[in-house]
Amino acid sequence: MSDLIRLTAADLSAKLAAGEVSSVEATQAHLDRIAAVDTEVHAFLHVSDHALEVAADIDRRRAAGEQLGELAGVPLAIKDVLVTTDMPSTSGSKILEGFLSPYDATVVARSRAAGLVPLGKTNMDEFAMGSSTEHSAYGPTHNPWDLDRIPGGSGGGSAAAVAAFEAPIALGSDTGGSIRQPAHVTGTVGVKPTYGGVSRFGAIALASSLDQVGPVSRTVLDSALLHDVIAGHDPHDATSLTDAWPSFAAAAREGATGEVLKGLKVGVIRELPDSGFQAGVSASFRESLALLEAQGAEIVEISAPHFEYGVAAYYLILPAEASSNLAKFDSVRFGLRVDVPGGTVEDVMARSRDIGFGDEVKRRIILGTYALSAGYYDAYYGSAQKVRTLIQRDFDTAFAQVDVIATPSAPTTAFRLGEKLDDPLQMYLNDVTTIPVNLAGVPGISIPSGLAAEDGLPVGIQFIAPLREDARLYRVGAALEALLVDSWGGPLLDRAPQLGGAR
Amino acid sequence: MVSEITPDLVRHLGVLARIQLDDHEVERLTGQLSAIVDNIAKVSEVATPDVPATSHPVPLQNVYRPDVVGEMLTVEQVLQNAPDATEDRFKVTAILGEEQ
Amino acid sequence: MAKVALMDFDEALERFEPVLGFEVHVELNTETKMFSAAANPAHPSNHDAAPNTLVAPVDMGLPGSLPVVNETAVRYSISLGLALGCDIAPSSRFARKNYFYPDLGKNYQISQYDEPIAFEGQVEVELEDGTTFEIPIERAHMEEDAGKLTHMGGATGRIQGAEYSLVDYNRAGVPLVEIVTKPIYGAEANAPKLAAAYVRAIRDIVIGLGISEARMERGNLRCDANVSIRPRAAAGEPVAPLGTRTETKNVNSMRSVERAVRYEIQRQAAILAAGGTITQETRHWHEDTGTTSPGRPKSDADDYRYFPEPDLLPVAPSTELIESLRAALPEPPAARRRRLKDAWGFADIDFQGVVNAGLLSEVEATVAAGASPASARKWWMSEISRLANAEGVEASSLIEPASVAALQQLVDAGSLTDKLARQVLEGVIAGEGTPQEVVDARGLAVVSDDGALIAAIDEALAAQPDVLEKIRDGKVQAAGAVIGAVMKAMRGQADAARVRELVLERAAG
Ligand SMILES: [Mg+2]
Ligand SMILES: [Zn+2]
Repeated sequence: MSDLIRLTAADLSAKLAAGEVSSVEATQAHLDRIAAVDTEVHAFLHVSDHALEVAADIDRRRAAGEQLGELAGVPLAIKDVLVTTDMPSTSGSKILEGFLSPYDATVVARSRAAGLVPLGKTNMDEFAMGSSTEHSAYGPTHNPWDLDRIPGGSGGGSAAAVAAFEAPIALGSDTGGSIRQPAHVTGTVGVKPTYGGVSRFGAIALASSLDQVGPVSRTVLDSALLHDVIAGHDPHDATSLTDAWPSFAAAAREGATGEVLKGLKVGVIRELPDSGFQAGVSASFRESLALLEAQGAEIVEISAPHFEYGVAAYYLILPAEASSNLAKFDSVRFGLRVDVPGGTVEDVMARSRDIGFGDEVKRRIILGTYALSAGYYDAYYGSAQKVRTLIQRDFDTAFAQVDVIATPSAPTTAFRLGEKLDDPLQMYLNDVTTIPVNLAGVPGISIPSGLAAEDGLPVGIQFIAPLREDARLYRVGAALEALLVDSWGGPLLDRAPQLGGAR
Repeated sequence: MVSEITPDLVRHLGVLARIQLDDHEVERLTGQLSAIVDNIAKVSEVATPDVPATSHPVPLQNVYRPDVVGEMLTVEQVLQNAPDATEDRFKVTAILGEEQ
Repeated sequence: MAKVALMDFDEALERFEPVLGFEVHVELNTETKMFSAAANPAHPSNHDAAPNTLVAPVDMGLPGSLPVVNETAVRYSISLGLALGCDIAPSSRFARKNYFYPDLGKNYQISQYDEPIAFEGQVEVELEDGTTFEIPIERAHMEEDAGKLTHMGGATGRIQGAEYSLVDYNRAGVPLVEIVTKPIYGAEANAPKLAAAYVRAIRDIVIGLGISEARMERGNLRCDANVSIRPRAAAGEPVAPLGTRTETKNVNSMRSVERAVRYEIQRQAAILAAGGTITQETRHWHEDTGTTSPGRPKSDADDYRYFPEPDLLPVAPSTELIESLRAALPEPPAARRRRLKDAWGFADIDFQGVVNAGLLSEVEATVAAGASPASARKWWMSEISRLANAEGVEASSLIEPASVAALQQLVDAGSLTDKLARQVLEGVIAGEGTPQEVVDARGLAVVSDDGALIAAIDEALAAQPDVLEKIRDGKVQAAGAVIGAVMKAMRGQADAARVRELVLERAAG
């Protein structure tokens, strides 16, 4: 049993297909693991009552000779930002406590159709606003590497679930780094696909022009396999691309052979100040570059002069769009209602939103309301949209010279819970390397690059590719992963401390 | 640009955003927003008139849906999460303001 | 409320110049909503849907839901823009208009703001005397309707005094085109009539395009009337700047638009003449009292925080599409009027009467359904208009043209006398069914069974033996007494001419 939870999704799939293990066994193993460790980790907000039923059904269908998808029978954790018909969807907010969606998010529906077994809903910063999962209304998630530290955010629950072997793979959402930054601090893999590559239908919107759903896993191949399931055009999302995507799993498998690194041009951004990064993060990043170079890759310095405006633009665009997206939570049709004796509906709405939203959410709604209000629009929102153009141009220029861009995924390793909670600005700077990727819509991946010497905590490296070139990320990511795992003598997560539950 | 976040402005933003902020919250937000706005106002340094705005990261246009009736929610689904409902409709307390 | 002073209309016009502006909302009759695949309640097949049965996730703002634009609604909007003489934007986009209101599922309305689909047009409007007037159009943009609120408790069903309100999201997301005029100068004393004529012109256009049911009483067509006045400049003095305007909302008949504009001119004139100032505000029209009352003043709460809708992409119609829609436009209303006048052969005064009554389309449809132009005109201009006036509604709202034609066919076939036909009409309007169903249910058909008539005639002749003699002596008018008796026996449901024929036959036989 204990071995089942340590299998990658790809390996578990192979065993399921070969009949060596049943989905019920695999699902039960993960449910047991959740029962054993999640009181410490708190990755899950809700554990499904139906997982074993679903798994049994997959087993039945497999036994009946039905042709099933590659991941059929593999358990899946789902970020609570995605609406589900059989489990509550709260987006980490008190205002949505107990909310049951009458429809499934497209990515959830596609996962179900592919035979994946939803295990439960994972914790997150309220409405995906945060980089530490401390802004969840249901309490923080703890980093499996050190339970006193943050698991990153907003998708800390999905990353921690995967890192703690509570699920082999998970779905996340990434608006400014919410998949990649948690991957960085938990020693896992996370991918933000090309904007429009994966449907947003059923993803509770934070910032519509930045949000993307993506995979979370322990290996590059596993992310690719899940990405293959969820990618593709969805007529319910007008911003969904109609592109025919290549198999990302095939790209990852090709990449693992290492051939792809010969002659690969890897861009490194001149303007990213080394000084802003923790020493161990910079060191790990340089080691990875050296490994790539040793395999025939060429490291090219590129210029991205407008990246330094990315965080500022992001903290205008995101709050602006969020202030509008979150207006629907008004106590009329769903969600928390706080009665105001003798009050009008306006009073009830205002009170419900005051009680129902946490501080970070209110802060950003007020900020976004300000950025959009008459007289400020041009200076703030309008200017931020121009910065977006400039950042896109920086990427265009860079990608004329290089195949991928590499950055550290985040400036520091996991910080302590509570450490930055009272300093929103400091918290916002966590996403300095991930934000430009969302602003430009290009795809990005974070894979573990090692442990920081000073604190022994995981560090990630981010690769960025041009629009629609998600497959390139899987090739390069899998290639570096293979080199690193080889050099470590095993997966990085093997070095994570044991959690309370028996292995 | 120097931000001019005042408690009155924050209170007004609370009204626009329909969040009933108490004095304590107004005070805290005024300080925090001032700091944040001072930092993000730098976008205007490079946002010169010759730079076009980008509202969508991947430019598309003319994305339409055919005019064919599709799935609708049942009344039960519509009202499934209603804090209060009667006669198959959502119920809210008295409305003071006029329609827009 | 204190009695509002009004200035005599003629005096008001002498002292002040009225400036008008209109915002007309047209509900499109597409199969589905603007941004969802839910059935559209403004489509004729969905009129009587029960509350909250025409709702898709985005219509009620469910978490995670997304809008997707209805292609047909875009085409209809382009056609309407072209019919309004507008330019069609090579690229336009949607924007969010943010404000909280319980009928707005997302608490923002998806509309168009800085880039409307159509702009800079003009509409030719014909007044009752046949003179024409060009109304300048500023823009026409696409947007979505809000849901429906019902205010409960309290006496009036109005928002004031209600204890609670109920929300139905069926109407949320119905495709709308909002047509906004530029300021309209020079209407002068015709201002109220021009208002009605403008709304009628828009109605004719959208009906001609077939893109809306355009039933004002159902809210398919809604007019907000902006009125301001300014003092007339004496000779040699500069023209005064525009006065403060009021916006009278959702006036739901052409007659009411006319009355509301007249009222606002008189009210504002009285205030200005007394040295007062006009408040910029929305006002509500009250059909029963013929007055407007203050609504919401303009305030900083009107900060709608518009921004480009990030869930939707630009609408960039190709030149080919625009030109194909232009080529498919129906003839302009003025040309249509000339054509119909020729085809129907009406006298000027008769034709203008139909135009002025706003019943051109109804008469046309009735003729198309098989009635003669004269009979179609007669029904709409006399009986139906009379009933509509009595109820204070639009004639078009009372009955379908096809039913009028069916009724006339019963008359033409001799199954109904004019008098019976009027009773059938009332039955149809009362919702008792088709003309034939009303005839059957009420037993109103003319007794055309000669046997029954002859039996009644014989009975009457037996009761008045001298009549037969008199007729045979050539005193044909004596037949009147028998005819009267027979008609009475038949309770009026006989064709008097036929009875007369039969009486004379009996006398001759
Ligand atoms: Mg208006
Ligand atoms: Zn409008």
